[in-house]
Amino acid sequence: MNVDPWILTLSAITVVVTIWMGFRSAKSSKSAADFFVAGRSVSVGWNASAISGEYLSAASFMGIAGMVMSSGYDALWYPVCYACGYLFLLLFIAGPLRRFGAYTIPDFAEGRYDSPLFRKIAVCFVLFIGFFYTMPQMKGAGTTLAYIFPGLPYWVGVAVVGVVITLNVALGGMKGITLVQAVQYWIKMFAISVPIFVLLAVYGGYGKNLSVNQAPGESAPAIVRTVDGDHAVPKPLPEKAPKDEAWLSPFGPLTTKAAKASGLSPEEARPLSLLYTFSLVAALVCGTAGLPHILVRFYTNPDGVAAKRTTMWVMILIGVFYVFPPVFGVLGRNFLPELYAGTGSKGTDKVVLELPVLIREKYGILGSILSGITCAGAFAAFMSTFSGLLVSMTGALAHDVYGRMIRPGASPQDRMRMFKWCAVLVGGVSVLLGSLVEPLEINFMVGQAFAIAAASYFPLLFMSVWWRGMTMPGAVAGMLTGGLSALAAATVVNMSTLALDKGPMGKLFSGFAGINDFWIAHPLLRILSEQPAIWAVPLSIGLMVIVSKATRAKVPADARMKMLVLHAPEALGLKQEYIEEHQGAAH
Amino acid sequence: MPDDPNPHDDFIHSDEFLHSLMKRQLRLSIACAVAFLLLLLGLPLLNYFQPELMATRVGGFTLSWLLLGVLVFPYVWVIAGTFIRKSIALETSEVREVRETQRGSAR
Repeated sequence: MNVDPWILTLSAITVVVTIWMGFRSAKSSKSAADFFVAGRSVSVGWNASAISGEYLSAASFMGIAGMVMSSGYDALWYPVCYACGYLFLLLFIAGPLRRFGAYTIPDFAEGRYDSPLFRKIAVCFVLFIGFFYTMPQMKGAGTTLAYIFPGLPYWVGVAVVGVVITLNVALGGMKGITLVQAVQYWIKMFAISVPIFVLLAVYGGYGKNLSVNQAPGESAPAIVRTVDGDHAVPKPLPEKAPKDEAWLSPFGPLTTKAAKASGLSPEEARPLSLLYTFSLVAALVCGTAGLPHILVRFYTNPDGVAAKRTTMWVMILIGVFYVFPPVFGVLGRNFLPELYAGTGSKGTDKVVLELPVLIREKYGILGSILSGITCAGAFAAFMSTFSGLLVSMTGALAHDVYGRMIRPGASPQDRMRMFKWCAVLVGGVSVLLGSLVEPLEINFMVGQAFAIAAASYFPLLFMSVWWRGMTMPGAVAGMLTGGLSALAAATVVNMSTLALDKGPMGKLFSGFAGINDFWIAHPLLRILSEQPAIWAVPLSIGLMVIVSKATRAKVPADARMKMLVLHAPEALGLKQEYIEEHQGAAH
Repeated sequence: MPDDPNPHDDFIHSDEFLHSLMKRQLRLSIACAVAFLLLLLGLPLLNYFQPELMATRVGGFTLSWLLLGVLVFPYVWVIAGTFIRKSIALETSEVREVRETQRGSAR
């Protein structure tokens, strides 16, 4: 084993500082109310950094670069839609939900329909989406550890990171405190941008590196694929790498894979890849608006105007961040083409970690330091997202499933103990799932979590906010049907992809290999299962409308008051009036 | 539940106010969403129907890469900024309207 001391030290510092800050902040805020109120005392700048820090996961930090490198242009939709989805959230959902004062989506489901039952149903999706979202974070962890300690098996890295974070959460650290998340944002921003500036200074600009990829008939490349410019040793692309034109142009390897596998001609494949692109865009844009852990922070602002100013800053902070990861992908194609030959944790998902090492040949230690910085950023990315997910999933399990469904009369001590056990359970399942998914791309898995959110929570929020005639049965029918069918489609696709793996996972999932023959016969169905949003979101919304019309009698009696609270400016004080009326009604 | 679910009959609690409120907010949101969807739906369509144009080189980038990889972000900031400014103005005018109506009916 040949461990680079710089990379190890910088990564270790990030881990220790994150855990230490988590515990320090956790000490000063004991209850859930503290967590929310604490944010109200911080400035717009800190709060915007915290939101952005929570948002940027391993998919943003490692996955985008890996996918741009492996698939080219089509993968650019991911960063763009991660950033733009936030705008959709701002336009249609954030303002009303803030006025309504629901901290989480289950809170909103219960409050909007006066239905504790609906709350229980909505909570299940916190777990579904959560587990789908933790799998890529775990792959990020396994990949990073396998890079820092060459030779370490992938699953060991997953297990180590999983255990450390689970213990941290179970013992009360990492409560999603504003300060920790804000610092994490700046670590990630620093770690993605500084190495890029150095690499671009050494290897030429973004556009220049892109221009190496030429369509047939275009003029000769401007720079030669080489690590050492003086000797000009070209680095040929391996067999597995997509050709220049396919990589650079729209409708490339990512969106035409299914059609190519079926032997369709490029002309026949083009409409299918357009469909793929639209479905992907729908999943990511609508999915952002339905991610369970994103909405919470809209409440950590003193008033609506501050919340809106915060959102503007968030858009800028995440937008600037998302310019950088694709640059790693472009440089990786030119200077680390050997990654195309690797699979799993040895594949393109580690380009962000490994690329800076290249300049070690010219500038010695600087390469190690920069690689250490990107590793530290990767730790910040999967640690903050996994911790945040673990807290919200454990909370859902301990407070809603255990505290309200299984044993409503449990004492606070019982609940605290249960919180710890639930954290261990959720952490354990996450490690198990995470160790299975080595062959799948980080970014792809996150896209699936978004698609499930887009077909379940997004229609629920969007329709409940803008249509007075929604009923509880309508909302439940749409959310369950849309969400579960997207979940099923994504699971089937993953099983069939895992069955193709040459390693141990291929053996484990070999029973599902038959699905791949079906995909070859039906490329359209494959695309619709891989990117379910384009049918699942309309299905969910359509069901909501039809069932709500059929059960019109069940529209909440005070629907008008609820709509007023959702839409009237906070200055009119309708929220307060609503709470008083509700309390009056309860007595 | 109280006996009468709508005990208020003043302007704020009227259907009329709620309708105009939601309509104005939705109109603003949809206008911004259209500007945004124009990009999300238009770019794939341009790539599909005008591949040569989109493959034009601009400083090493192809036109479609430059649009999607870099220029998208400032465009989204402009939409977000416009929405935030207008929605704050909308809320202020809604509050002013309600206060004026209340003063009018008190007289």
